[in-house]
Amino acid sequence: MTAVYCGYCGKEVGEADHSACAKRLRVIDPPRFCSVCARRMVVQVTPAGWTATCSRHGETTSG
Amino acid sequence: MTAAPEQVDVLGAAREQVLERGVGLSEEQVLAVLSLSDDRIPELLELAHQVRMRWCGPEVEVEGIVSLKTGGCPEDCHFCSQSGQFPSPVRSAWLDIPGLVRAARQTRDTGATEFCIVAAVRGPDKRLLSQVRDGVKAIRADGNDIQIACSLGMLTQEQVDELVEMGVHRYNHNLETARSHFPNVVTTHSWEERWDTLKMVREAGMEVCCGGIIGMGETLAQRAEFAVQLAALEPDEVPLNFLIPNPGTPYENYPVVEGTEALKTVGAFRLALPRTILRFAGGRELTFGDLGAKQGMLGGVNAIIVGNYLTNLGRPAQEDLDMLDELSMPIKELSKTL
Repeated sequence: MTAVYCGYCGKEVGEADHSACAKRLRVIDPPRFCSVCARRMVVQVTPAGWTATCSRHGETTSG
Repeated sequence: MTAAPEQVDVLGAAREQVLERGVGLSEEQVLAVLSLSDDRIPELLELAHQVRMRWCGPEVEVEGIVSLKTGGCPEDCHFCSQSGQFPSPVRSAWLDIPGLVRAARQTRDTGATEFCIVAAVRGPDKRLLSQVRDGVKAIRADGNDIQIACSLGMLTQEQVDELVEMGVHRYNHNLETARSHFPNVVTTHSWEERWDTLKMVREAGMEVCCGGIIGMGETLAQRAEFAVQLAALEPDEVPLNFLIPNPGTPYENYPVVEGTEALKTVGAFRLALPRTILRFAGGRELTFGDLGAKQGMLGGVNAIIVGNYLTNLGRPAQEDLDMLDELSMPIKELSKTL
């Protein structure tokens, strides 16, 4: 699915400059917002990864 | 005319006092170190490294941490994305026992000797302590003999005793910042309440892990105050975090601590705490980047958290293990902690 919303701030991808968000996601943050619907996700961080669950669009993992 | 008294150079004094005699710097001396010009950072870090090697040895203690209960905390620690009082995007979550066992296994597989179970709470209730008890049992049943630490907020004496009985060997409870600055950071409980928990932990025979976060608006003088207050506690371990300005928290727009300032802090804390395990914890990725982490390891730090943190991500564990290998710093073995 195409990312419509920023996983860091939850705002529309085309709405503003998300370069700072991208840096945070690259360096220290798991996604907090679903990229499809912008719902806040339940995120569990573990030593080796993370799991983010959207109540509508299911689970994403760090892989 | 009388000549002005020669100003004593703080690093010269530290060499004799800390390196030779193992006596930590005073508050005034720590402030002098924090106020050094940037061109003296290499000299400071070299001395801090010598102090660490002399009084702690070459080994590095590696630890992994995991959040057992995330978010929804009633306290208002202004730096924390897990407080229920701020509009943070972090939602509440509980890690189940199989997840906890997997996290402990992942940590053990890195060669770490410490695994810290953390919960975002004021203090543990019966449900949380029961979950910790079941978790510790399950980790052992998995054949994992890693040392288990906990960080569950403020404790009663009964809860301290219960953790000891479970076999928890170290307890983390950060004082976070100088006593004089604490009321600006947290209003829902006091620095003294935290101190009381630490005292009970120590008296019960658990190791004390107590550090804080740099970059929460404290002055350099308060940073020095914090270092000597920690020294007075004589903790077994001091985790040193650098503020991650997390969205939704009152500190979301605070600047990231500059690398040079952070390195001076690392060196100064080592000179205040010559015998303590000084651990690189959260925020180093933003503050230092890759290069600075190496400088810190050569500037007095002798422990790291590998992998991810509680709600933020860290560097992949292997990158830190490779760094330690490159620096010829041996990882502390489990047998030496028992």
